Amino acid sequence: MAVPTSSSVDLSAALVLGPTTVADWLVILPVAWCFAIGALLVMLRRAIGLHPIIAVAGLAGLVLIDALLLAHVATKGPVTMVMGRWLPPFGIAFTVDLTGALFALVAAIVALAGGIFSLADINDSGRRYGFYPFLMLLMAGVSGAFLTGDVFNLYVWFEVLLISSFGLLVLGSEPEQIDGTVKYGFLNLVATTLFLVATGYLYAVFGTLNMADIARKAESLRSGAPLMTLTALYVLAFGMKAAAFPVNFWLPASYHTPRVVVSALFAGLLTKVGIYALIRVMVMLFPVEREELSFVMALAGALTMIVGVLGALAQTDFRRILGYLVVSGIGSMLAGIAVGGPGGIGGAIFYALHSMLVMTGLYFAAGIAARLGGGSSIATVSGLYRKNVGFAALTLMLCFAVSGLPPFSGFWPKVMLVKAALDIGAWWLAATLLLAGFCTVIATGRLFLLAYWRDDAGAAVETVRLPSTVLAPLAALSLLTLGIGLYPEPLLATIQSAATGLAEPSAYLNSVFPAGGLQ
Amino acid sequence: MEAWFALLVGIFFTVAVYLMLSKFIIRVLLGVAVLGNAVNLLIFTGGRLTRGVPPVIADSADALDGPAANALPQALILTAIVISFSFFAFLLVLAWRAYEDLSTDNTDGMRVAEPVKEPMPPLGY
Repeated sequence: MAVPTSSSVDLSAALVLGPTTVADWLVILPVAWCFAIGALLVMLRRAIGLHPIIAVAGLAGLVLIDALLLAHVATKGPVTMVMGRWLPPFGIAFTVDLTGALFALVAAIVALAGGIFSLADINDSGRRYGFYPFLMLLMAGVSGAFLTGDVFNLYVWFEVLLISSFGLLVLGSEPEQIDGTVKYGFLNLVATTLFLVATGYLYAVFGTLNMADIARKAESLRSGAPLMTLTALYVLAFGMKAAAFPVNFWLPASYHTPRVVVSALFAGLLTKVGIYALIRVMVMLFPVEREELSFVMALAGALTMIVGVLGALAQTDFRRILGYLVVSGIGSMLAGIAVGGPGGIGGAIFYALHSMLVMTGLYFAAGIAARLGGGSSIATVSGLYRKNVGFAALTLMLCFAVSGLPPFSGFWPKVMLVKAALDIGAWWLAATLLLAGFCTVIATGRLFLLAYWRDDAGAAVETVRLPSTVLAPLAALSLLTLGIGLYPEPLLATIQSAATGLAEPSAYLNSVFPAGGLQ
Repeated sequence: MEAWFALLVGIFFTVAVYLMLSKFIIRVLLGVAVLGNAVNLLIFTGGRLTRGVPPVIADSADALDGPAANALPQALILTAIVISFSFFAFLLVLAWRAYEDLSTDNTDGMRVAEPVKEPMPPLGY
C-alpha cells in the first residue's frame, strides 16, 4: 500500500475529528435502544415471564427518547449524526427533522399502547414464539426508517421491519394466518424490490445516496437525468407499501388474520412508514416531479379512498371493515401529497399521525369486542353497549375520529386537506374527501348500531368488567384523539413547520453539510 | 459491455415478471428469486463495468486517471443479496407450510382468509 507522501491531506473535510456530543447520540438512540432490548429478549428466550415487563419498560423508554429527540429538534432544528465519523456524502447519515421526529414519537406511543395491550392478548405460546423480540425489532426498523438520512439505509430499515412483521404475522400458524402471510409476504417483498431498483437507478444517476446531497443535486441534474422515471418507480414502490389503489389488495387479505395486537400495530405503523417515505422522497427530494405526477397521485388517492370505504361497507367482520378503513385513510394522505403546499403536505402528515393513533385504537376495540361478544361478525355480535358502557363510549369516540367528525383528531387534517384541494381548484378531490368521510360515517355507524346498540334477543345481559391492561391502552389512545381534536394548536404548529422544513429543506441541508460541504 | 448487461437484466426482469404472474406459489417463488438477482445485476451494471482496472490512485495523483468500476454498488449488492436470500428462505418455508396446511399451492384456492361466498352485511337494523 502506498502511503500518501504529502502531509497536506486535510482529514477534516472527510472525517468528524471532534468528539460526538451527547445530543447527537440521541439521534441514533431510538434504534440502538430497540435493538438492545430486542437482543436482550432473544437472550432471555427461556425466561418468557420476564419478556412483557422488559418489553413494556423498553417501549416506555422509547417514548421518552423520542419525546426528548422531538424536543431537541423542535428547539435546535434538524440534527445529523454520521456513522463511523465519515462525513456525508461518504458516511451513512442519520438526520432527524421535525417530520421524522414526530412520526417516530407517535409510532413509539402506538407501540407502547400495543405493548400494554399485548399483556392480555399474547399468551405463553405467543411469547415462546418470540412476540416481544419481534416487536422490539419491528420498532427498530420503524424508528430507523423515520430517522435515517440515507436512501439505501431506508431500504435496509424497510427490510428490518418487514422481516419482523413476517414473524409477527404468522404468530400462531393458523391456516388463516398462513394464507394472509403468503399474500402479504410476496407483495411486500416485490414492493421493497421495486424500491431497491429505484435506489439502484438513483445511485447511478446521482452518485450519492445521502438524501440531503440528492436534494441539492437534483436541481442541476434535472434537465438530463430520468428523474421522472425514478420518481414514478418510488411512487409505485411506496404506494404498494402504503396500500394505495390499485396495489392495495395485500392489506385487506392479511390484516384481519393475526393476533389483535399485531393487527393494531401493523395498521398503526407499517402503511404509515410507506407514506412517510413517499412524503420524504416526493416533497424533499423531487418536488418538481411531484408537481408533474400530482394528477396521477390525486387520482390514485381518490380511488383509494372510494375503494376503501366501499370495501368497508361490504364487510361484516369487524377487523376486515377496519382493514378497508386503513386503505381509505391512505387515500386521504395521498391526496394531500398530490395537492402539495403547506396545507396539503401538512394535512397529509397530520392525517398520518391521527390515523396511527385511531386505527390502532379501533383494532384494540375490535379485539375487545370479539372477547365480549364471542365473535367478530357484526351480524351476530350484539349488545356490547350493555356489557360495558365505558368501552362502548371509547369506541364511539374512535368511530367519530376515523370519520373526521369534530371534536376529534380526524377533523383538523380533513379540514386542511379539503381546503388545500379547493385552493388549487381540485373541487373533485375535495368532494371525494368529503364523500369518503360520509361513507366512513355510514360504515362505522352501522358497526356501532349493530354490534353495540342492538340488544341481545331476549338474553339478560350482564355487565362485564374489563381488565385495565386491555382498557387502558384503548382509553389512552381515545383520549389522545380527543385532546388533539380539542386543542390542536401545538401539534398543528409543529406540523406546519415540519411541512415547511420539507418543502424548504435548507435547515436539513445545513445540518448535513454545516459548512457547505464537499461539492 | 454495459449494453449487453442491460439486455441481460431486461431478460431477467422479463422472466421474473412472467413467473410471478403465475397462480402457483412455487413459480411465484422462483420469480421472486430471479427478480432479486435481476436487481443485483442491475445495480452491478449501474456501477460501471471495467476489466482489470483496479481503482488505485497513484502516489503522484489526487484522483483516478481513468474510469474504473465503482466499488460502492458492489457493497450495496452484498447487502441486497443477504436480504433477498433470507427473504427467499423465509418465503420458501412459508410456501411449504401453506402447501401443507391449505393443501394447495394454487393461489386461487387459497381463500381461507377471504372466503369466497360470504354473507351480505346486514342491510337493516
